[in-house]
Amino acid sequence: MRTCGATPGGPDISGIDLSTQTLIQGVILRDGEGDGVPNGSPVGNAYVRLLDSTGEFTAEVPSNADGQFRFFAAPGAWTLVVLASGAREERKVIATKGNPVDLVVEI
Amino acid sequence: MSRETSLVSADWVAQNLNNPTVVLVEVDEDTSLYEQGHIEGAITFHWRDDLQDGLIRDLISKEKFEALLSKNGIATDTTVVLYGGNNNWFATYAFWYFKIYGHADVRLLDGGRKRWELDARPFVTTLPTRTATIYKAKERDNSIRAYRDEVIAAIGKLNIVDVRSPAEFSGELAAPAHLPQESGQIKGHIPTAKNIPWSKAANEDGTFKSDTELKELYVGAGVDLAKDTIAYCRIGERSAFSWFVLHELLGLSNVKNYDGSWTEYGSLVGVPVAIGA
Repeated sequence: MRTCGATPGGPDISGIDLSTQTLIQGVILRDGEGDGVPNGSPVGNAYVRLLDSTGEFTAEVPSNADGQFRFFAAPGAWTLVVLASGAREERKVIATKGNPVDLVVEI
Repeated sequence: MSRETSLVSADWVAQNLNNPTVVLVEVDEDTSLYEQGHIEGAITFHWRDDLQDGLIRDLISKEKFEALLSKNGIATDTTVVLYGGNNNWFATYAFWYFKIYGHADVRLLDGGRKRWELDARPFVTTLPTRTATIYKAKERDNSIRAYRDEVIAAIGKLNIVDVRSPAEFSGELAAPAHLPQESGQIKGHIPTAKNIPWSKAANEDGTFKSDTELKELYVGAGVDLAKDTIAYCRIGERSAFSWFVLHELLGLSNVKNYDGSWTEYGSLVGVPVAIGA
């Protein structure tokens, strides 16, 4: 399993034209040791919601079997909401073209 | 055409899993989720492979629809309960589709897969076996389907509701943000359309808001409920969700889904387009 601070956990970005795409992606992990560090198992089929800077819903994807998710957004401020059974987490991010936002979210 | 006849709760589905007059159908663009796990007894329809003609851009023919339902053991008097991922987008599209072909009793699971999963209700991987039927569909009911010429004629006259995200409406994005931003269409929206994103009609868990909240949402955004309404999005599935809200939950009879939506309109030569909020 990945540990906190390891290579960020979103899907492989090879094949994506970063000169045109603004990526927000990441991986959802359980808190494995009860120590607040997301080093537990990946959470598949969690729901990741992307809200714009005004809090308006923009998109939603389920995480894949490896707990990963990805959005093709536009540059700017966004909020991610992660929903799973018994869990809800929010993350605020600033997205720019060319430099993918890559998150590790613990639930 | 009301919440009572068109929508069922997860509890209702749980109580009717072994009801022989009820058939659950999971509908999505990605049926691999179904393979990983689905509600017990549910069959699956793939939004593209089962419900799109494939050669021309259109619904499948009446004969193909009859064959699809016959093969899956659905009879004309079956209570069909649809659900799916993506906040029921493709399930509401299928609901609209079942109505086009005149199925008498079709309902939607409120919240779809998401509510079911967030409730930690069980999924199974076993595939149901169903006995084939001989299904007879009705002729297409085009009173709930808008075509491009009537959409153009509706500009400035009827309610046009663009249910895409604000960023797609303004022309900032060409597609929902979970899809690559590559598109043959120009960006923007149909002039005089009101931007009322489908998501405003839903709670975070995918269930619908109350009728009072829904009515306030559309009236507050400038929709005159006495006038005819056309809903559109990018490919007609999110607008089927909003069509469901207006036509089924709020019981408005004069509402059409423009399934050609922005992928058609944004490719038309010479039609008016607006950008900005």
